Amino acid sequence: MEKDQVPQDIGITGGVTREVQYAVDKDGKYVKVLSKGWEPKNIVNELAWDDIQESIDIANEKIMDEKASPLLYFMEKSIMDVSLLANYIELPTWKVKKHLKPKGFKKLNQQRLDNYAKIFEISVDELINYKPEN
Amino acid sequence: MKLEFEHIPAGHCENGVISSLLKYHGLNISEAMVFGIGSGYFFAYMPFVKLNGIPLASFRPVPGMIFAKAAKRLGIKMKKQTFRKQPKRAMDELDRVLEKKLPVGIQSGVFHLTYFPPAYRFHFNAHNLTVYGKEDNTYFISDPVMEYATTLTYDELKKARFAKGPLSPNGKMYYPIEIPEEIDLKSAIRKGIKQTTDWMLTIPVPLFGVKGIRYLSKRIRKWPNKLGTKRAAAYLAQLVRMLEEIGTGGAGFRFIYAAFLQEVAGVMQDDRYNDMSTEMTKIGDKWRNVSSLAAQTCKGRSSDPDGYNTVANLMLEIADDEERFFTELKKLLK
Repeated sequence: MEKDQVPQDIGITGGVTREVQYAVDKDGKYVKVLSKGWEPKNIVNELAWDDIQESIDIANEKIMDEKASPLLYFMEKSIMDVSLLANYIELPTWKVKKHLKPKGFKKLNQQRLDNYAKIFEISVDELINYKPEN
Repeated sequence: MKLEFEHIPAGHCENGVISSLLKYHGLNISEAMVFGIGSGYFFAYMPFVKLNGIPLASFRPVPGMIFAKAAKRLGIKMKKQTFRKQPKRAMDELDRVLEKKLPVGIQSGVFHLTYFPPAYRFHFNAHNLTVYGKEDNTYFISDPVMEYATTLTYDELKKARFAKGPLSPNGKMYYPIEIPEEIDLKSAIRKGIKQTTDWMLTIPVPLFGVKGIRYLSKRIRKWPNKLGTKRAAAYLAQLVRMLEEIGTGGAGFRFIYAAFLQEVAGVMQDDRYNDMSTEMTKIGDKWRNVSSLAAQTCKGRSSDPDGYNTVANLMLEIADDEERFFTELKKLLK
């Protein structure tokens, strides 16, 4: 790629930073050029976030139908799956799966709730009182 | 306390951190040089390793390997430490080394790096950054992926160093403790190139090197039928992300390798490496076309098999190009 062809399509960098792209200058010498982004990258990144949003929406529906506990929403929002959340809370996955159901969630003691809230960087109040907005 | 440390943005975090750590100690070795000597160029398709539930296509060897090989071939001794389940000790040890006026390389998770644009923040744990100072509760951070130097609080850095999940860093930190007076750059370069040509041409498993590219090309053709529109698009999107996203310098490291070969031409006083660099640039441009075509195909999640076939055809062409390229490059070592 040539230096003046390095794309500057703002997207995932959000204008916060620019990325290094290696490209050749007019003498054919490699230089590092800063790029605001590239459309194909923005497209696939958006796709990934769309999928995350879809998982969050599904979680909210399940919570409203009382098929899942608020934990599911915060798990999806943090882009975690059950095994990653289990890693963070330092419990076996089968236990975390129980907590993701309303029945298991209600039985959680204060210490556990504290630990979950800490992982998601929220208060215990926010965790137990979470209600999806329709 | 803030060390006189120069923040240099880089195409890839691992090479970037090593290159700037060495620069602090007076050794000028570019990111591209570290990448080439550490044999960073690679291709692997691993259906049995899944990322976000999707088989992993990787354009680099496992994290940490470029770094370990480059250090070894340059004769540099690094101190490496990990702290399983001991975050307090990991932070104390970092402070202790900083006090000795030594900048420290850190393996970190990406999810907790508050200075990143939100779109970057997935659970990826093999990121690297340099800590070059501390004042009160704030650490000074040089993250090669960022345009400018930045900061993290004590708690933020601790969280990033103890991110959980695959490749969890366990507080890993590293810094050079011994740099030889004289470095045999030519020999290090030869070893780096030799290994890359071997990896790309001769691994007797069809998932690695140019054979891996051909294998993946075959799989891609089947995706729309086998997986359905939605999954197929997700698979293709992840391929583009591996090719282009944080820390590849674009097109799956091919341009960084071309920059490396250009430097090699100077070191070896051999113009043939310049020609090879030009060839590698063309290969990089083709990989960029793969990204571009693939992204267009996943946009709108079309299941039109034509898009997938076009990508697959281009990859076959690249596999042939890379096979010719590394066969030629190997001859230059003789």
